[in-house]
Amino acid sequence: MTSSQRDGHPLAVETQNLTQHFGTQTAVDDVNLSITAGGVHAVLGPNGAGKTTVMRILATLLRPSSGYAKVLGYDVLTHPGKVRERIALTGQFASLDEDLTGLENLAMLARLRGYRGRTAKSRAESLLEAFGLLDAAARQVRKYSGGMRRRLDIAASLLVRPDLLFLDEPTTGLDPRSRNDVWDAVRTLVSAGTTVLLTTQYLDEADQLADRVTVLDAGRIVAEGTPGELKSIVGSGILHIRFASADQAGAAVTLLDARFAEPTELSTDGVTVSMRLNDITKAAELIAELQRQGVHLTEFSLGQPSLNEVFLALTTPRSKTQEKPDDR
Amino acid sequence: MTVENHRDEQFTVRLEDALATTGSVRLIGPGLAVLTFTRRSLLKIRHVPEQLLDAVLYPVLFVLMFTYVFGGAISGTPEEYLQFALPGILTQTVLFLTIYTAMTINTDIEKGVFDRYRTQPVWRPAHLVGALLADSLRYGIATALTLVVGFLLGYRAPGGVLGIVAAIAVLFMFCFALSWMWLVIGLKVRTPSAVQGVSVLILFPLTFISSVFAPPETMPTWLQGFVNANPVSQLVDTLRDLMNGVANLQNLLIVVGVSVLITAIFAPIALRIYNRIS
Ligand SMILES: Nc1ncnc2c1ncn2[C@@H]1O[C@H](COP(=O)(O)OP(=O)(O)OP(=O)(O)O)[C@@H](O)[C@H]1O
Ligand SMILES: [Mg+2]
Repeated sequence: MTSSQRDGHPLAVETQNLTQHFGTQTAVDDVNLSITAGGVHAVLGPNGAGKTTVMRILATLLRPSSGYAKVLGYDVLTHPGKVRERIALTGQFASLDEDLTGLENLAMLARLRGYRGRTAKSRAESLLEAFGLLDAAARQVRKYSGGMRRRLDIAASLLVRPDLLFLDEPTTGLDPRSRNDVWDAVRTLVSAGTTVLLTTQYLDEADQLADRVTVLDAGRIVAEGTPGELKSIVGSGILHIRFASADQAGAAVTLLDARFAEPTELSTDGVTVSMRLNDITKAAELIAELQRQGVHLTEFSLGQPSLNEVFLALTTPRSKTQEKPDDR
Repeated sequence: MTVENHRDEQFTVRLEDALATTGSVRLIGPGLAVLTFTRRSLLKIRHVPEQLLDAVLYPVLFVLMFTYVFGGAISGTPEEYLQFALPGILTQTVLFLTIYTAMTINTDIEKGVFDRYRTQPVWRPAHLVGALLADSLRYGIATALTLVVGFLLGYRAPGGVLGIVAAIAVLFMFCFALSWMWLVIGLKVRTPSAVQGVSVLILFPLTFISSVFAPPETMPTWLQGFVNANPVSQLVDTLRDLMNGVANLQNLLIVVGVSVLITAIFAPIALRIYNRIS
């Protein structure tokens, strides 16, 4: 079996013209992915972009309408068994038996993964312990809190360390501490050699965790690259200037619009003006100009654009497609 | 990176330990996979014992009701009717329990647990077959209770223990076959109650328009045609014969044949749908 490669690195995921129709709707539209093994790859996209659908195809749960997908070198359609041996999926919604206890759920999955009798139970216990769920081991999952379920669901994917782990919105609805735990788990897994493919609604999550990011919108890939590369798409920096009053801010906007090509944006608080700059050294020139014209600023900051802005710039809002054409 | 400071060292260490002890994947065979799913269904029953309520109540209720309410009218005395009807009541009670497997699977599909099971590297039908096997516990409980109440009310089985065991074996075989039919429905419709609705709709005519409760000779000729063509009639007649200590090979062969046929048609369809559900 010749395993797929890119620049000499083996590929964990490779798709070509992957397309999924549901009735007349196209949920995944001609997606070509090549994700190298090792590290974290994030898929970003608004609700309904097709993130879950892509994952379900890759995890052998859904047959694509057309195109093909290879996971860890195996075609998902012709060798689904080989793929299942090497992957684990923690879906977007809890995938455990609510009637059973946490321990029973994990022990059962451990058995399906080849642990026998006592060892299945002790394997389950060591994962419960790692995820801080040992106290709740004998409790039915229906009595777990949202965060506990999420952790148990991730633990359920690690009974045997997978070569490729799919995490569909692993931290949605988690408190900051639980989210940190999940991030730590992802980092620990990656250092143990697992490739992680995750979807997320949180841009900072992709920023913190991902080596590469794919942005999906309406089933299509609209951008791909490292978080840094994506940010540079929307300019190299963003300047926020705060004024003492709304009058001052208004005056500044008039002035800046007249003198500089970059569009200004007045924030909803009425006293902060933002400008996206392609060249951050221009910030000094802007501020000097304001001082010279007697507009008093109280504070300013220069930041990298966040992935948030990248996200908004790249994806089409559902109802506001016509609005703010200059946002691009 | 700033979050690095928040890193819970203990958690990381615990997880590293847990991951380090991971062995390589040892694939399990179909048998072990089926037993694992059977065990899961039994655990569910242990945690939610109420789900056995109808397996416990119906046998008692049905035996009492049919014997004392209809018995006198149909056969002259309740005792005489019980002698005729008990194998029928047994059949009807257990047949109605066959829809549970499909309802369980349907519930699984609605919950995310279905995806979890379908991404495990095991023989895929194990999920269905395991649930089916576990449901023999329901069949067993209902069978035992029907017989106990029947015996208490005066039922006698000339066929003896051997006849009863053979009758139960034939009944369970037919039930497992029928379950595949419900599974096809259970994999197609949206809610467990829809599974129940559709299968009960089929089960009612199948059990009542048969020789379960009354001899076909007492019915109008146009109905006799249906009753005699209904495999449940052959099933009940076989049970009656076996429990009475007589053997009617032809009926037995029909029942076995129908069971094999139903399984051969519906099991592959169910498995195919199972594999393709999105
Ligand atoms: N089984 C299905 N049947 C019909 N349509 C579906 C099915 N699954 C997904 N879709 C549709 O396909 C589109 C993509 O859905 P998908 O769940 O992949 O989006 P997503 O990016 O994961 O969204 P979210 O962020 O809300 O989870 C949606 O419009 C959804 O309605
Ligand atoms: Mg989703």
